[in-house]
Amino acid sequence: MVSESFKYITATFLLVSFLTYSLVLYFHSPPPLGQSTESTAAGKLLWQKYNCTACHQIYGLGGYLGPDLTNVYSKKGIQHIKAFLKTGSNTMPDYHLSDDEIESICDFLKVIDASGNSDPRLFIKNSNGTIQLIQ
Amino acid sequence: MEPSSLSNKPNSYNYFVVALFLLSAGLVFGLLGALQYIIPGFLKEYLSFEKIRPLHVSSVVFWIILAATGSTLTYVQQHTKRKIYSSFLMKAQLAIFVFAIAIILISYIIGVFGGREYWEFPPLLALPIAIGWILFLFNVFKSLKGLRNQPVYVWMWMTGCVFFLFTFLESYLWIFPYFRNNIIHDMTIQWKSYGSIVGSWNMLIYGCSIFLMDKISESTHYSYSRIAFSLYFLGLFNLMFNWGHHIYTLPTHDYVKNISYLVSMTELLIFGRIIYSWKSSLTQARKNLHIESYRFLLAADIWVFLTLFLAILMSIPSINVYTHGTHITVAHTMGATIGINTMLLFAFCFDILKSKNNAANTNHKYSLISWAFTNISLLIFWITLIVAGVLKAKWQMAQTQIPFSSMMKSLQPAFIIFFLAGCALVLGLVAIIQRILRSN
Repeated sequence: MVSESFKYITATFLLVSFLTYSLVLYFHSPPPLGQSTESTAAGKLLWQKYNCTACHQIYGLGGYLGPDLTNVYSKKGIQHIKAFLKTGSNTMPDYHLSDDEIESICDFLKVIDASGNSDPRLFIKNSNGTIQLIQ
Repeated sequence: MEPSSLSNKPNSYNYFVVALFLLSAGLVFGLLGALQYIIPGFLKEYLSFEKIRPLHVSSVVFWIILAATGSTLTYVQQHTKRKIYSSFLMKAQLAIFVFAIAIILISYIIGVFGGREYWEFPPLLALPIAIGWILFLFNVFKSLKGLRNQPVYVWMWMTGCVFFLFTFLESYLWIFPYFRNNIIHDMTIQWKSYGSIVGSWNMLIYGCSIFLMDKISESTHYSYSRIAFSLYFLGLFNLMFNWGHHIYTLPTHDYVKNISYLVSMTELLIFGRIIYSWKSSLTQARKNLHIESYRFLLAADIWVFLTLFLAILMSIPSINVYTHGTHITVAHTMGATIGINTMLLFAFCFDILKSKNNAANTNHKYSLISWAFTNISLLIFWITLIVAGVLKAKWQMAQTQIPFSSMMKSLQPAFIIFFLAGCALVLGLVAIIQRILRSN
């Protein structure tokens, strides 16, 4: 048997820690890397509107049918991205995007590209189990 | 403690019927999604992958949520030996959920999405889900009347109720530009909420499991024990702080990653130990009396250990960097949602829905075959995903990479076995669903 007071104290301690941690995370945002504009904000909403994450990944998070797009902007270039967005592919439907929509999505991918690198080969594996991105 | 439900047809019956229907739908969508891996472009014009994936994920998540809330509402009544506080609220909750789920699934088909990874739907449709959950929370809290001298499963039910609501609302913070416009901040908060929301429904499911174990063994020894409360507090600690293992490669704060690395996934380990200890204390007679539920608890026990092994590996950042973004993550999810959650929910279904008349008429041979067939298929399915994940990890780490499409082509044999094992798994699960529905 565990005493009632011990249960209440432990639960209260955990709850207070959790709420504090949550508030810290809400108001201590990571530094925004890459210049965000109205167009990139629109691009992000288009990314969600067409549910791109169902097939593509950003930082390895998303579906696995298509490739990770975190650094596609710097690796493949804007024309490569535009070609796919305009016509689709064997597996990706043609969404009949307007030129403005294509520009916004490209701007969004440019900001993501500037935010960091998702290539797992660029991480040093430390002996304590942690990892570190090669600068 | 009552050995069976309060009446032949429990008042939560409709929860299980809808939940089992959603599971069946989720299985069909899952197979269609798997087919799109082996036949690129299959159904591209009508149900392309960006539609199929949320249809599959949401159907299965709602199976878990409805079966978990239905089981909790039933076991709350069996625990208090009273009817639920409000039958009206219980019916209203189900009606709101069914209405919202139907609209959500239709919205995917017509191409309207929330566009978030991985459980997503348009924010407006989150409102009825939140309202339905508040009704559930109110009903459970009013029926239980406090935590004083309550067994651990009551603590788990109440925690699951509160934390689901908190994390569900948190997952919609992105609608505010402050959270949305910094992509890294947005992804950090998103995975904070999604990591914890899974822990929230697990609280309900694990709470029901401990209740059921007490019921089968006719002993409350475990639910008041130190080990059970250690499990609970460690589980709660994990629910709150271990979500960062999803985002080790994201350029967010280092403390997020370090905290989640330290808070390892010990929750499952202790849970596994409790089931193991409980199992060895049962007599053969008690096992035979609840043979259907017992088998599924046993299966969940095995899957806890398999999933735990993978989870521990994946929670180490230097290993996670290999497994992240590969099908090994999917294998972990499948092990947890089918191997653990679904097996436990089936155990509750058999316990709650099986009528006393039918208990004696169980075809034990058919029952054992469908149980074994499902678990063997799941094991092949799980191993194939790991193999596909290892091959993709090898590609991700290669100094000279072949194109993505060529890599996907080279994984075709694994995807074909994955699809065939998936078909076998669906057959096994459908046989079990059919037995559950016929058992009442």
